[in-house]
Amino acid sequence: MAVNKDSNGYTFLFAITLVVIVGAGLAAVSMGLKPMQEKNVEIKKKMDILGALQVETSRTDATEQYDKYIKSDECVVINSNGDVKEGLVAFDIDIKKQYRDKTLKPSDRDFPLYVAEVDGSVKYIIPVVGSGLWGPIWGYLSINEDKETVFGATFDHKGETPGLGAEIKQAFYYEQYMGEKISSGGDFSMIKSVKDGSGKDLGKVDGITGGTITSKGVEEMVNRTIEVYVKYFNKI
Amino acid sequence: MSNDKIKAPKEPLFSKKNKKLVTEPLDDNNPLTIQVLGICSALAITVSIEQALVMTGSVFFVLGAGNMIISLLRNLIPSRIRIIVQLVVVASLVIIVNEVLQAFLPDVAEKLSVFVGLIITNCIIMGRFEAFAMANKPWPSFLDAVGNTVGYGIVLVLVSLFREVFGAGKFFNVPIFGDRIEGTGLYSIGYMDNNFIILAPFALFAVGLIIWIQRARNKSLIEEH
Repeated sequence: MAVNKDSNGYTFLFAITLVVIVGAGLAAVSMGLKPMQEKNVEIKKKMDILGALQVETSRTDATEQYDKYIKSDECVVINSNGDVKEGLVAFDIDIKKQYRDKTLKPSDRDFPLYVAEVDGSVKYIIPVVGSGLWGPIWGYLSINEDKETVFGATFDHKGETPGLGAEIKQAFYYEQYMGEKISSGGDFSMIKSVKDGSGKDLGKVDGITGGTITSKGVEEMVNRTIEVYVKYFNKI
Repeated sequence: MSNDKIKAPKEPLFSKKNKKLVTEPLDDNNPLTIQVLGICSALAITVSIEQALVMTGSVFFVLGAGNMIISLLRNLIPSRIRIIVQLVVVASLVIIVNEVLQAFLPDVAEKLSVFVGLIITNCIIMGRFEAFAMANKPWPSFLDAVGNTVGYGIVLVLVSLFREVFGAGKFFNVPIFGDRIEGTGLYSIGYMDNNFIILAPFALFAVGLIIWIQRARNKSLIEEH
């Protein structure tokens, strides 16, 4: 039987069949690979957290190292006033999602705090999230036992300009945060991004040449987040 | 199917005509430098050789599988919606590539991020579907995909080699001129990486230079005015 391929009926039938087959196929692939993808995301998060503690990890040993350093039962989630929110698990809070969610007021966001022990001393790890030039930027800051000095930091980004804003990922940039003060005597102090080369001074870091908007984004994200945690640190 | 088909003598798998399908896109009919397709991705992902190779691999999968699928379906696809059908095929193959990369090569997937999705808009793929696979059998279509991907890949690797070495001072992510921050090796005598080379506009110059050299070498490519 000859089929008229130009008829409307055939065209619709072809389109519907194609879409059903393709849709089912893609759904199957997506569901089949989902567990592995989620595991990769989780491992990446653990690597980032450990990175702020200056612990070198690879994808293979991230979970093991995480369990070794992070004291999961001491991690807490706080609200924007610095009070502990009960019943939440710090690792499960997706602050990137909350940051993107425009219906959620900034004051209603959750602030997870990780507690770790490195070489016998306690470290606090603060996740930060903000906006760069082209998309989201995020990172982790670890704070010393004195709850004032920054011990380490890592930053990452989704699509900042290579060679410019993307350099926030590099050691020369995030290492500037080491030793900075987030508060003194309980008062929150800002870490400013500067362009006059005075980044060696306390309370200042050098921005990236040609990456001003990304550098300012990091500055905004770090200070906005730290302010909340300082409130919490003052209460404990 | 029609009933009065004359059986053509079977063509050998690597006949002269088929070989030409692979070799032609490498030089005389290069998709990037002659047809000037797929420039967008050539600008975006050529900052490192690794990314260029992964991109070439992904494009190979999408174009190879897509060309065969389109070729197999060529007698069934209603001509009025053929572009949409082609688009559906590219898009689903690209989604598969993306999902697989995220599951098995998360580090590479992270680096390529949005560019994998942008394979959909790579004009080479739609171009080959429409120009070749819609009118040819699966095997020649596959060879056409091989030729075009390799032709595309050669240019990507050349551009990324230049950009990675002179822009970032690295070769396959390994620093080759010494440490930029510490100022060792070549950097100690005043050498500096050219940050401009890392930026996308430079890739345009690099591609332009390749086109220039190619045309200077092969006069038959020069159009008459």
